[in-house]
Amino acid sequence: MSASAATSGASIVATEQDLHEIGEIVARHAQLEGPLLPMLHALQDMFGHVPQAAIPVIADALNLTRAEVHGVMSFYHDFRKAKAGRHTVKICRAEACQARGANTLAATALAKLGVEWHGTTTDGAITVEPVYCLGLCANGPNAMVDGRVVAGLDETRLDALLAEART
Amino acid sequence: MKIYLSRDAVAKALGAEDVAVAIRDEAEARGITVELIRVGSRGMTWLEPLVEIDAGQGRLAYGPVRAADVPALLGGEIDTLGRVEDIPFFARQTRLTFARCGVIDPLDLDAYEATGGLKGLRRALAMSGEAIVDELKLSGLRGRGGAGFPTGIKWDTVRLARADQKYIVCNADEGDSGTFADRMIMEGDPFSLIEGMAIAGIATGATRGYVYLRSEYPDAIEVMQEAVRIGRARGLLGADVLGSGRSYDMEIRVGAGAYVCGEETSLLNSLEGKRGVVRAKPPLPALHGFLGKPTVVNNVISLATVPVIFERGAEHFANFGLGRSKGTIPVQIAGNVRFGGLFETAFGLPLGELVDDVAGGTASGRPVKAVQVGGPLGAYFPREKFDTPFGYEEFDGQGGLIGHAGITVFDDTADMLGMARFAMEFCAVESCGKCTPCRLGATRGVETIDRIAAGDPAAAALLTDLCETMTDGSLCALGGFTPYPVMSALTHFPDDFARQKEAAE
Repeated sequence: MSASAATSGASIVATEQDLHEIGEIVARHAQLEGPLLPMLHALQDMFGHVPQAAIPVIADALNLTRAEVHGVMSFYHDFRKAKAGRHTVKICRAEACQARGANTLAATALAKLGVEWHGTTTDGAITVEPVYCLGLCANGPNAMVDGRVVAGLDETRLDALLAEART
Repeated sequence: MKIYLSRDAVAKALGAEDVAVAIRDEAEARGITVELIRVGSRGMTWLEPLVEIDAGQGRLAYGPVRAADVPALLGGEIDTLGRVEDIPFFARQTRLTFARCGVIDPLDLDAYEATGGLKGLRRALAMSGEAIVDELKLSGLRGRGGAGFPTGIKWDTVRLARADQKYIVCNADEGDSGTFADRMIMEGDPFSLIEGMAIAGIATGATRGYVYLRSEYPDAIEVMQEAVRIGRARGLLGADVLGSGRSYDMEIRVGAGAYVCGEETSLLNSLEGKRGVVRAKPPLPALHGFLGKPTVVNNVISLATVPVIFERGAEHFANFGLGRSKGTIPVQIAGNVRFGGLFETAFGLPLGELVDDVAGGTASGRPVKAVQVGGPLGAYFPREKFDTPFGYEEFDGQGGLIGHAGITVFDDTADMLGMARFAMEFCAVESCGKCTPCRLGATRGVETIDRIAAGDPAAAALLTDLCETMTDGSLCALGGFTPYPVMSALTHFPDDFARQKEAAE
């Protein structure tokens, strides 16, 4: 991730460099059939969120209105308008994990971190998101830490993961 | 010495990468030559990370293996589980679709070919499109995504459509809780999916394909992308498929966390770069699909089963099963179970046998209270219905569905009112917003269940009425099937709804 200070938080100010990178990403995907989701994913991979400054660039390249691009982006849970914490922990809330104690585990973790779902800890270290199934359903409760899946969690193991993320 | 270690997401999530490092380190320390082969999962997830060691006398299994166990493992101090094929959970299965999963390195195309791979495609390349479709119809294969629509008929519609471009789209947006067969086959035998999609392309005249794969499956994305790259480099994909002069190529596309995109029309909109909103049918995707062109939309397992049907013949496949549910089904045993994982078997096994015998009851050791069959939109089955045989019509007849064949087991601590409320809450979070019964009904459903919990005597009738409206009036299965878990919980577990009332009084 090479996000500059100017694009952190909900800031809509973009640097020359950011605009250059946005332009490159948009141009690289413009010839695909159905290019918008791959573009948004690539932007989020680069910046940690989809910068506001990218919306008009995409709209222009794909002959869409800015409202249409915003409409697509806001439809999907994955795309973020602002940067998340330094680490994102997604805890599975789906039925199979619930059958193995996920509700209590998640409630305890949220209470310890002092956040609600989608919240970020005050030190900016961890954002907690719900996720509905990671496909490890006989081994729950499960979670995803920055894109890495972890299974068979209990309070001790989740605490260790959260502590690791905060260092 | 050959050592096989699972690289499936379950194994990795339980520490397989650390085990791999430990095996290399320990082998070096002991001065022994070890060939470490990373394979898919054998499906017995309570044994992951599973290690198989072949010291010249065949593959012997050990598991679960932690990194700290590796010195003892290579020192011969750990008892083996024996051959995987002799472990009861595995021995009872009929593996057609998953025959190679966990056996070979998923990205080794030569190993794939040596175990029967590409035979089906080679056979199909010598057949007419009509003959391919006829053979598929004969196999009786029905859509494994849940709807159970005959795959051959869908292919025929696309084959007969006239268009300058047709598409094969694989629905790998496996969002149902309690299901992981798609993930496991993509991570464990990706070429079977690619081969199945190529056969679909050859049969229907579609030259391009997409796999729409959910972002919650990072390991599957990685394996599939690499498999497509290898497929292109080796001439399995591209302008001249296996030297036949026929063209077929494909790409992996990543979803963005919307459950509703598992619905085929919503998936097509998402693939086109739009909001994943459901389209009204007709027109059918087979005639008016991706970018308005004729499109086959099939589930991963449907497509990954096609190669074995063409390798061994339609009749071989159709000889398995029950009634109109032909062949095998990869049942995914999940939730609070002792022995969970992937269990491929011919249709027809009673639900109770799967839960009590195969899964060995609950992991907590407490009695089984309910089993949700078919994911978040499937009904909760009480023990009284455990004699229901696993088949499309059989589950339909019992007020349920098999869906993508996931079964999620709950012990007696489960609060069924809470599960019903969760079903409505999930529907509200994931509704695409296109139709009113789903968009508003789900939120009103949560509120109505809260009223039941608060002891409102009129609320249960209201909930029933609301569910009827959602069933009859929703455009797709999200709003239309959410009443399955809700109403089955209310009907079969009335105590959980009444007890709340008493507490309030």
